[in-house]
Amino acid sequence: MKNKESEKGQQQKKKKKGGILLFAGILSAAVILIILYPENRAASIQASYDLFKELIVILPAVMVLMGLFSVWVSKETVVKYLGHASGISGLGLALFMGMIPTGPLYIAFPLASILLKKGARVANIIIFLSAWACIKLPQELMELRFMGFEFMIVRLTFTIVMVIVMGLIIEKIDGLSKSSAAPSIED
Amino acid sequence: MQINITVIVINAIAILGIGFSYYKDREKTKKALKIAFKGSLNMAPAIGIILVLVGLLMGFFRPEFISRLLGNQTGIVGIALASVAGAILMIPSLIAFPLTASLVESGASISVAAAFITTLTMIGFATLPIEIKELGKKLTFLRNGISFVIAVGIALIMGALL
Repeated sequence: MKNKESEKGQQQKKKKKGGILLFAGILSAAVILIILYPENRAASIQASYDLFKELIVILPAVMVLMGLFSVWVSKETVVKYLGHASGISGLGLALFMGMIPTGPLYIAFPLASILLKKGARVANIIIFLSAWACIKLPQELMELRFMGFEFMIVRLTFTIVMVIVMGLIIEKIDGLSKSSAAPSIED
Repeated sequence: MQINITVIVINAIAILGIGFSYYKDREKTKKALKIAFKGSLNMAPAIGIILVLVGLLMGFFRPEFISRLLGNQTGIVGIALASVAGAILMIPSLIAFPLTASLVESGASISVAAAFITTLTMIGFATLPIEIKELGKKLTFLRNGISFVIAVGIALIMGALL
């Protein structure tokens, strides 16, 4: 267990280093470009600076909200509520639980796997995962700020509807293949 | 300064949240702030990359060019391009919105923006191995495959509506 943890940490460190290198590479390329093409320099720098000003007033607050959620809503809470949620309210709960920012997507997969083993509905798991991936609350705050209310609300509405439909479809397909494969012993 | 109502509300919620949390449990609040700080550090290179790319995008490409590549007249090709890019690229979704906004500002269509954001967030090429390991091949491929179709569908609907 301890070994696995340190392995993960190392992987993360490697990834971080890769990110910094990539940033350095892109930055140097950009510097060369604006030296070679001075006529584009002012507009480029202005655009970067404008975006920086926009991000600096919103990102810290969004990160703080994510931090607060992840300490107050534990993984155990999610498992407890979703493990035996059923019916329409179960679908809604899966959606809601997915939307609460409790951590990155790679935490969600093992959680979903635990939930499946505990007997949670396949539809709920798919909805939970998809909500976790694409309708996280802090993410929606950024969407609201940068894409506008109309864009956000329309995309959100359709995404929620589609995600629920997808959950039910996948559950159907999964059930079909399971019942036809039932005679063969898998494990 | 780009202060508007959204920014004020979000910051107010964050400050109230910290206050309430601190009142309830100091240790948890410290931990939350640590998570926020660490998360910001981890995201810093990606933020830097987006800042530079948006700068280059706005400084070097004329809106007509972006519009020809990703504008309304590209139709399904533009949407397909954006969907595939969104599925493959690994951009933290928080900062994908400013990038997409600047693309739209310089001529990309609403459909293209919706397709890109939806596949970017819903489909993860990079996380496929973990997803397969935890949930099995069948569920993983079904989820990612159907998500891709959904993204294109949402893009088309949004293009028609907005």
